[in-house]
Amino acid sequence: MRDVAIYGTGMLRVSEHWDLSVVDLAGRAALEALHDSGLDRVDALLVTNMLSACQTTGQLNLGARVADWVGLRGVEAYKVEAACGSGGAGFRSAWIAVASGAIDLALIVGVEKMTETPGPEITAGLATAADADFEVPMGPSFVALNALIMRRYQHEYGWPHEAFAPFSINAHANGARNPLARLQEAVTVDDYRNARMVSDPINLLDASPIGDGAAAIVIGPAERLAPWGQRPRVLVAGSAAATDSLAIHDRRVPLHLAAAEQSAASAYAMAGLGPKEIDLFELHDAFSIMSALSLEACGFAEPGQGPRLAVDGSILPGGRIPIATFGGLKARGHPVGATGVYQLAEVARQLQGEAGDCQLDRARVGMAQNIGGSGATIVTHILRQA
Amino acid sequence: MEVSRHWRLKQQRYALVGEVCPSCQHKIFPPRDICPDCGQEARTTYQFSGHGEVYSFTTVRNAPTGFEENAPYTVALIKLDEGPMLTAQLTDLGEKPVEIGMPVEMVTRRLRSDGERGMLIYGYKFRPALKAA
Amino acid sequence: MATLAPTDVFIAGVGLTPVGEHWNSSLRDLALEAIQAARADAGGIRPQALYAANMLAPALSGQTHLGALLADFAGLRGIEASSFEAAGASGGVALRQAYIAVRSGLIDVALVVGVEKVTDRVGPSVDAATAMAADADHEAVQGLTFAAQAGLLMRRYLHEVGAPDDALAGFSLTAHANAVHSAHAFLRKAISLEDYRSAPRESDPLNIYDVAPLADGAAALVLVRREALTGSGGRPSVRVAGSAVAITALALHDQPDVLGLDAAERSARAAYEQAGFGPEDIDVYELHDAFTIYAALALEASGFAPRGAGWKLAVEGEIGRQGRIPAMTFGGSKARGEVGGATGLYQAAEVVLQLQGRAGANQVPEARVGMAQCLGGAGATAATHIFASLER
Repeated sequence: MRDVAIYGTGMLRVSEHWDLSVVDLAGRAALEALHDSGLDRVDALLVTNMLSACQTTGQLNLGARVADWVGLRGVEAYKVEAACGSGGAGFRSAWIAVASGAIDLALIVGVEKMTETPGPEITAGLATAADADFEVPMGPSFVALNALIMRRYQHEYGWPHEAFAPFSINAHANGARNPLARLQEAVTVDDYRNARMVSDPINLLDASPIGDGAAAIVIGPAERLAPWGQRPRVLVAGSAAATDSLAIHDRRVPLHLAAAEQSAASAYAMAGLGPKEIDLFELHDAFSIMSALSLEACGFAEPGQGPRLAVDGSILPGGRIPIATFGGLKARGHPVGATGVYQLAEVARQLQGEAGDCQLDRARVGMAQNIGGSGATIVTHILRQA
Repeated sequence: MEVSRHWRLKQQRYALVGEVCPSCQHKIFPPRDICPDCGQEARTTYQFSGHGEVYSFTTVRNAPTGFEENAPYTVALIKLDEGPMLTAQLTDLGEKPVEIGMPVEMVTRRLRSDGERGMLIYGYKFRPALKAA
Repeated sequence: MATLAPTDVFIAGVGLTPVGEHWNSSLRDLALEAIQAARADAGGIRPQALYAANMLAPALSGQTHLGALLADFAGLRGIEASSFEAAGASGGVALRQAYIAVRSGLIDVALVVGVEKVTDRVGPSVDAATAMAADADHEAVQGLTFAAQAGLLMRRYLHEVGAPDDALAGFSLTAHANAVHSAHAFLRKAISLEDYRSAPRESDPLNIYDVAPLADGAAALVLVRREALTGSGGRPSVRVAGSAVAITALALHDQPDVLGLDAAERSARAAYEQAGFGPEDIDVYELHDAFTIYAALALEASGFAPRGAGWKLAVEGEIGRQGRIPAMTFGGSKARGEVGGATGLYQAAEVVLQLQGRAGANQVPEARVGMAQCLGGAGATAATHIFASLER
C-alpha cells in the first residue's frame, strides 16, 4: 500500500441553491477540486449522496451522470452510500483503490440537494437511514431518535440541557468566519435557552440545518504529487470504518458509539498515534449529543464526560481539541450525503494552511469522523502534514 | 406501508412475537434469525409479555410523511421485561407526565393511515401500566 | 496457464436465492439467505467487510444504509460495510470494490451481496423507480421509461442493420430454453418463435418477450486471496482475472453513438487487457439482457461480433450452450430474472458455477474462462469481470 496524498479540494457554500440541480452542484465542486489539483482528468469519480435515490422522481446512476457533466467520459464512476456516512465511506473506497494501486487518481464528490423537497418528504428521506421495518413505522423522525439518546444521556449522567450549549455556540462562532457556511451568525447562551423545541430535549440549536451542498477532493499517490507553491503536502495517515445496528434499540449500549470507538482505534493504529496527537477533530455534530458521544468514543473524554470539554472550552479553536472549526454540521451545514467530504476537505485545508479566517494555529494532524444514521456506520480518517 | 410488507410484519406488530435463541436463551425482538448475542441461528418463536419500562422518550412535532395528522405525538424506547428494547409510540397518557423508568404495557393501536384510500396500519403502542387497585 | 501472484483474488463461495415473487421474504431476509449460502459454500468463513449492491430499496422500501443493515442482520455486526450503486451495474461495481479490497491486502475475506425487493410495490411506482436510471431532468421527466429507452434503441438498430422485426427473438428463446433446468430461475418455461412473433407489444417495437421481468432476489460471493483458499472439496479454483468499470453519457440523446454501448466496450477492453485474454478465449458470457436489444449490442461491444451483426449470433445458435459464445446459460435476465442491483452478482455467481463444473444440466462443456457484464441504465455504466479457473 502506497502513501496517498490530497491533490486538491473544492467546496460550495451550503445554502439554498435554487438555481442549481444536484448534478450542477456536484459538477461545480468537482471542477473546483480538479482545478485546485492542476488536473483535467482522473481515473475514477465517486459520488457520495443519500437522498437522490429515495423518491421515484430522483436520480440513480449519479456516478455516470456527474462524470459525464464534468467531461470525464470513459472513466470509472459510481455512487457510494452509507446514509449520512456516505462521504466518509466514499473517501475510504477511493483511498483503498489508490493506495493499493488499482487506480492512480480518484475524485470523490459528495453532493446533496435538500431544499426543494417538502418538509415531510425530507423527514421521510432522512428516516431511510434508520430501520425501515422497526423504527420508522413507529413514527419517530430522525431528530426524535437522537432525542431519545440525549434524554437518556442526561438522565444517566445528570448534565443539564445548558451544558450542551457550548457545542452550538462554538460551531456558530466558527461558522461566522466561514463564507461557505450555511449559517453565519454567532449565537449566545440566551439564544440557546430560548430556542424552540424540535423534539425534546433537542431544540433548534442542538440540531444541524439541512441545505444543498457539494464538496470534492482529488487524491493520488503521494510520490507523484507535484509541489504546489508553499502548500504543505497532506497525507492520509489513517482510514477505518465500522458498523453497528441500525436501530438504537438494538445497540448493546445505546449511549456508546461502539462503531466510532472501533473505527477510531483502527485509524489511530494505522496512523501510529493517539488522541493526544490530534490537533483538530471534525466530528459529526448532526446533534449536540453526537458531539459529546463522539468525543467520548474517540478517547478525548471519559464516558458521560463529553459535555465537560464543551463547558471548559477545550473544543474552542484555541482549546485542547478544536472541533467544528469551519462551523461543523451545526453551522456549516449538513447536506447529508456530502457532509463527510466537507469534513475531510476542511481538515485538508487546515493542514494546508488554507483555512482563511478559520485557520487554527496548530494543525499538523487532523481527524474527520462521519456517521451514518444514529451511529450504524462510522468512518474515521486521519490526515497529517508531511 | 405496502400491503405485503405489512402482512409479513403482522405477528410482530399485533402480537409482539419475537424469537428466543436456542443456543444462549437470549430473547430477541424484533426477530432476526441470527442471535445478536452469540451469532447462532435463532428461529424459535417467543411470545413477549408486552410489559416493559420507558428507557427514553421524546415528542415528535415535525412528523414524517404519513404521520402528519397525528402530530404532536410521543415516541419512546421501551425496554421489555424480557430484555430487548424496541421503538414505539406512547398512548393513553392523559395528564400523566412521562418519566424514564415508567412501567408500560403493550396495546394495539392505529399507527397511521396511508391516505384517504389507503390501508389503516395498526401496530403496537405502549400505555402506562394499569396497576391493580 | 497464467502466472499467479499472491495478490490474486479467488472466489471462495457463492450463494443465490431463487429469483421470484417472494411474498414471505423481506429485503433483509433475502439478503441473509444469499449471504448464508455463500458463507457455507466458502466453508463457513467469516468476512471482514461487506459490499452491498442495490438500486431500488430507497425508493421502494424506504431503506438506505443497506451496508450496516445487512452486516448486522447477518450476524456480522461491527464489520465495515457500505452500499454501491450504479443502477443495473451496481452488482458489478460492488464486486469490483470487494476485489480491490482483497487484492490490496487490507481485507482478507470480503463478502459482496446484491439484493432487490421489488414486489412490495406494484405497477407505476416500480416503473417510475427503474426510470431513475435514466436522466431525471431530460429523459424521465418526459415520461421515458427503461422500456421506452430500449424501444428507441431497438427501432434504430433494426433500421440500421436492415434486420427483420423478429431478429432478436433468438435471445429470448435461448434464455428461456436455458432456464428450464435452472433451479434459481424465475421463468422456467421454454417459448417458441411463434410465441415471440405473436406476443403483445410493449414500448414498440418491443414485445413482452423482449423485456426481462423484474423480481426479488439476492446473490452473494465471498472473495479471498490465494493463501486463504482452502481446497474446497476438489472443485476448480476460480480467480478474478479482469475487473473494470466505465461510464458514458447517461441520456441516450447525449451519447455520441447510441448503438455503440461505449461503456461496455471500454470496460470489456480493460478487463481483457488485465486478464491477458481476448473474446476468443471466453467460454461463457453472462451478458445483461434487461432487454433483448442489449444482448445484441453487448455482443458487438465486447468483441464477439462485428458491428451490426450481434443479432445473427442468436439466429445461428451461436449463443447456445454448444455454440461459439454460450450466453445467458442459466436464463439471463429474461428468464432467470432481472434483479436490478443484484443482477451483476447473479451473473458472476453463474460464471463461477460454470467454471467449477457445478452448472448441472446447464453446464457449458470445459468452461475455463468466463465473462460477466452488467449495465446501468441504457449502458451509461458498464461493469465487466473476467473469471478464470486454474487447471487442476
